[in-house]
Amino acid sequence: MNASPVAENLFTGRNESTRLLAARSRLDNTYRFPPPAGADAALYEAVELGPSGTLWSFTIQRFRPKLPYNGRGTDDNFVPFAVGYVEFPQQLIIEGRIVVQDFRMLKIGLAMVLTTEAYRDDDHGNPVLTYAFAIDHGKDGLT
Amino acid sequence: MKPVHIVGAGIHRFGRTEGVSGLEQGVFALRQALTDAGVEWRDIQFAYGGSVSAGSADAMLPRMGLTGIPFVNVSNGCATGGSSLLAGCAAIQSGQFDLGVVVGFDKHDRGAFNADPRQLGLPAWYGETGLMLTTQFFAMKIMRYMNLYGITQTTLGRVAEKAFANGTLAPHSWRKSPVDLATILDSPPVSDPLTKYMFCSPGEGGVALVIASERKMRELGLDGPCIRAATMRTRPVGSFEVFAPALEVVRGASATALASQAAWEIAGLGPQDVDVAQLQDTESGAEIMHMAENGFCADGEQESLIAAGETRIGGRLPINTDGGCLACGEPIGASGLRQIYENVEQLRGRAGARQVSGARIGYSQVYGAPGVSACVILENAIA
Repeated sequence: MNASPVAENLFTGRNESTRLLAARSRLDNTYRFPPPAGADAALYEAVELGPSGTLWSFTIQRFRPKLPYNGRGTDDNFVPFAVGYVEFPQQLIIEGRIVVQDFRMLKIGLAMVLTTEAYRDDDHGNPVLTYAFAIDHGKDGLT
Repeated sequence: MKPVHIVGAGIHRFGRTEGVSGLEQGVFALRQALTDAGVEWRDIQFAYGGSVSAGSADAMLPRMGLTGIPFVNVSNGCATGGSSLLAGCAAIQSGQFDLGVVVGFDKHDRGAFNADPRQLGLPAWYGETGLMLTTQFFAMKIMRYMNLYGITQTTLGRVAEKAFANGTLAPHSWRKSPVDLATILDSPPVSDPLTKYMFCSPGEGGVALVIASERKMRELGLDGPCIRAATMRTRPVGSFEVFAPALEVVRGASATALASQAAWEIAGLGPQDVDVAQLQDTESGAEIMHMAENGFCADGEQESLIAAGETRIGGRLPINTDGGCLACGEPIGASGLRQIYENVEQLRGRAGARQVSGARIGYSQVYGAPGVSACVILENAIA
């Protein structure tokens, strides 16, 4: 299998070594994600976010989103997925998909870690990866 | 604020009207507003109007009459109607004009809106991976709010129950049947914690208002509520808005809080002065959170206020007396103006079975992507 990222310069690593590629202002140290493009880019330095934070809020996507969503499945066999915001202390609160077996485990304040998720397959059947969040079981002692 | 009055109001019923274009619904509303005011189209000196999905508003001109007036197409997302009214007020306050119209209409496809990331300066992956949905934003905003302030699922249900009950009393509403609390709570989740009956749907409709300077109003022997404030604000740093891949850790105020504060200041009025309010209720949670963001209560107080029926018609502060977006649907270009139309009907004592007795001050607030809010305060000026 030859997995590819959904976008270049979005994240590095795979699974538990995933880090998000963000930017920090050289002027006031504020963070931006995704990093600014164009002329503003020169005002920022590249920084990595992660690997861990806390769940700020979440919901469950119960119907298949319209285009431009291109994840797996059709309207008929769509599998709901969780999305949420994770707060990375002193940095940013980031939105992303959540990889979780049982939606009932999600609670605001849970310790979370970055990971990757194969959210679709490309035209050659190879997985396309995006960054995602998962419950930090090591920290929560849930498993 | 130099007085501007709403001397006529018209509406094309919201919902689904097969075979009638959005533009036609706008024309219908505009003609009704002119009739309501008792003026002719040839008397009108300017127009501001817009739709998001149903074409240019100035395409109404051949239908209304080519009188040569300035007609400005307004395109400002969910604040399109609010922005049109703001511009119309400014046109009169500048002294350039005395009598004009503000119009909004729309006709959307069924199902949730699908947004194009590139149109909003966002990367393609944000839409492709399934994060760019207004429904998710509203769900996550209320999910956190419930966690912070102890709002329960039952309260979400009560807001929807009230909306459908009020909708049965409004001739212009889409939903004409009440829905009981258990049905609302047990209906399939769309985006947890929000169920199917807690979300409004994109729809169709048209609204028009005739606005006039005080001098012109008296000269023509007309009357109508005075616009005490009309404001519009965009998202500040630290706010939580639709379509945000990242938020600042240090949280701040919302676009709604800014627009609201400005409206109170301009009007010289406060939340305690309001008799009837129309607050953006894209879903049940939005109405609850907007009660606090507009200053009508402290965070968390909604739980007891709503349980006590204070936001129902007959309560201390009736909210969304025509059923709001939940019962009327959300044709974006018309939705903010529908709130104002409803307040005009309430202040003029024309709201029939849903009339709030003695209503003198009406407040409205529309909110939407990508983080815009517009507030209007009306005062009954009819002696």
